[in-house]
Amino acid sequence: MLRLQKLTKKYKTGDLALKSIDLEVPDGQVMALIGPSGAGKSTLIRCVNRLVEPTSGSVHLNETEVSSLGQNQLRKARRRMGMIFQEYALVERLSVMENVLSGRLGYVSFWRSYFRKFPQKDIDEAFRLLERVGLDHMADKRADELSGGQRQRVGICRALIQDPELLLIDEPTASLDPKTSRQIMRLICELCKERKLSAIINIHDVLLAQMFAERIVGLQLGEVVYDGPPSNLKAEVLTTIYGEEDWEATIDKVDDDDDTELDTVPLSSDKVE
Amino acid sequence: MSASRSWKRPPIIERPLLRWGLTTGGVLFLVLSIGTMEVNWERVAAGVPRAERFIASFFPPDFTSKSTDIWAGIIESLWMTVVSTVIGILLSIPVGLGATRNLSPRYVYLISRGILAVSRTFPEIIVALFAVKLFGFGPFAGIIALSIGSIGFYGKLLAEDIEDMDPVQAEAVKATGASWFQWLNYSVQPQVMPRMIGLAMYRFDINFRESAVLGIVGAGGIGATLITSFDRYEFSSSAAILLIIIGIVMVVEYSSGFIRKWVQ
Amino acid sequence: MPIKQQSDIKIWKRRSGKRQLGIWFGQFIGVAIFVYCWQLVSENTIWMFVADAPRQAVDMMERMVPPKWSYMSNLWRPIWDTITIATLGTLMAVVFAFPIAFLAARNTTPSSVFVRPVALFIIVASRSINSLLWALMLVTILGPGVFAGVLAIGFRSIGFCAKLLYEAIEEIDEAQVEAVTATGASGAQILNYGIVPQILPAFAGISVFRWDINIRESAILGLVGAGGIGLQLSSSIDTVTWTQVSVILLVILVTVVASEWVSAKVRHAII
Repeated sequence: MLRLQKLTKKYKTGDLALKSIDLEVPDGQVMALIGPSGAGKSTLIRCVNRLVEPTSGSVHLNETEVSSLGQNQLRKARRRMGMIFQEYALVERLSVMENVLSGRLGYVSFWRSYFRKFPQKDIDEAFRLLERVGLDHMADKRADELSGGQRQRVGICRALIQDPELLLIDEPTASLDPKTSRQIMRLICELCKERKLSAIINIHDVLLAQMFAERIVGLQLGEVVYDGPPSNLKAEVLTTIYGEEDWEATIDKVDDDDDTELDTVPLSSDKVE
Repeated sequence: MSASRSWKRPPIIERPLLRWGLTTGGVLFLVLSIGTMEVNWERVAAGVPRAERFIASFFPPDFTSKSTDIWAGIIESLWMTVVSTVIGILLSIPVGLGATRNLSPRYVYLISRGILAVSRTFPEIIVALFAVKLFGFGPFAGIIALSIGSIGFYGKLLAEDIEDMDPVQAEAVKATGASWFQWLNYSVQPQVMPRMIGLAMYRFDINFRESAVLGIVGAGGIGATLITSFDRYEFSSSAAILLIIIGIVMVVEYSSGFIRKWVQ
Repeated sequence: MPIKQQSDIKIWKRRSGKRQLGIWFGQFIGVAIFVYCWQLVSENTIWMFVADAPRQAVDMMERMVPPKWSYMSNLWRPIWDTITIATLGTLMAVVFAFPIAFLAARNTTPSSVFVRPVALFIIVASRSINSLLWALMLVTILGPGVFAGVLAIGFRSIGFCAKLLYEAIEEIDEAQVEAVTATGASGAQILNYGIVPQILPAFAGISVFRWDINIRESAILGLVGAGGIGLQLSSSIDTVTWTQVSVILLVILVTVVASEWVSAKVRHAII
């Protein structure tokens, strides 16, 4: 379980990105974090693994208080949190395999990683994951040769090979087309279910969030303004999160079933046919 | 499929023959070149105290005892730099335009490229060697050498920049019925100007540094004073000169960054 | 304000009056400096020699042909030395430049108050001093020879390579570094997986580019006794054996063109 208490982040510029956030994510829960740009979504997940140093407040991952760890312990804690990025953030000039194996860096010594002599167990796991996402034939391709969707799958493998307890996912679909976006979201959710992982997904596509997440948290100007199931996400709620706009078209699709055939599902109702 | 599969990082060069060929070639070259270097270690060892003395002479450097010579030399280097940079750049503009494939007829292109290639091949100091023979000792020979070097440097970069510019903008201006010079002024110049001003500053910087060595062959500048101080083992004066050179280069570099920001 | 309302017509000017004045003033100063400098040139030049120069040049050219090809047999060793100096010097520079660049780059320096200024000073000092000056110093200290040449080229190139490299480091994609950091990698591993792969092409390109320049530079180090073909050149000029001079110039030309070709090929292969 992940527990945030009074988490606050104030940037050097004086911007208060997070205002005393209290949040709990139970084991196995997939939670979507929605909100407009600049609401503090990506600051929040970066404060969890301390890529961004929180100003005050605490972060607990199960029994570990992440927010007070020293550098070495922090590295150990980061191994337990896989992160998936907007724009994939693969190391573009490394091969797919090296990118996946980089998820094991927290576990192996420098020289082993330097000579790319990872334990066979890790390599097996890497192949298994690549196979799971359908990319095992691409292992020796360079990351910048892949398409967007393929890169994000590699990103997912990199996060999963860490054998994490929690996934931190930052706008996984921001640079993907609608169809690939849904495939990626589905894959993430399936994998979370398979491995009983909890996840925080930053996403600004409300429809996708409603479709895949069990719980939705709305963030606005560094504060939680909504916390509840996707079904309660009404027009008024979206207005408090994002501001005045006609939200009906967005909400209409909530009852749409997950199993709809992938290739034909349009993103919003006005795009049908 | 899920049985153990080994994995190795793919080699950088895929063809094994080429890979091993290059590796052995490289190693062989290294061994041979180090082997033929003939270092006279006794002489090197003898140099150690001298090196110590040289480094010690930086603390503090001696700006005063040769100050008239030093300042005369520095000033001479500076005006040589100004004149040669201006002349070099002025001359390099027509040559650079000529060396642009999308601007010039083929024969002009070839001639201009030829001029650029020749003036870039020989280092300034070699040109200065000949200039001294032709024009006599003194700064004029140095100015000739630096100007020729500037033409090669600036002309080539100008030509490349124009070749890389956005053809759409150029086309749009041409479409208005502009004359060749109007076209140059409205579409080419705005596109290449900021970078070229930066490069002019950079060339000024290079010319100043080069002018500090031209004295070695008698082509004027601070170099002559510097060599004299080396020859007489007056290391404190050498240190002072070197520090002044470093200082001026830093000032030029800093102000060129400033000017570039201002231009853009 | 470039547009002025004057009764009922709008007058457009490219720049406002003040700015235009400033630009004119700047141009005036520039021209004045140039004219002043030119005057100094004039004072320091014996124009009679200059007027005589074209005739001299023709004369010199005439005496250069035909090149004395038999002199080639004396040149193989200097050519080899020249290439050795350039290559080993570049190698040395690259080895030192790599860590210095990381110390100098804003995003990788361990301390921007203490370490970065030192690294930057090393870079500027190394760059400001021409390789011929480095050679001059090293020959005074270590005695003449190839070794002094290698060190001279090395010292001069450290700054050049480190400068370009640290600029490349400052331009890397931070998201990739962040991603590697998030896996729990150590500092050295982040360097190895997140940063080095991103700058490796730039690094290789810079090294080859500098090697190409160094071939040119090492051809002149002989002028101050630091080995290479420059020694033959200066002694041939001193003894006015122009037929040898032309052979040496051709050799330098060929070497430079060849090295430029190699460098272009290699850079093309990397990118």
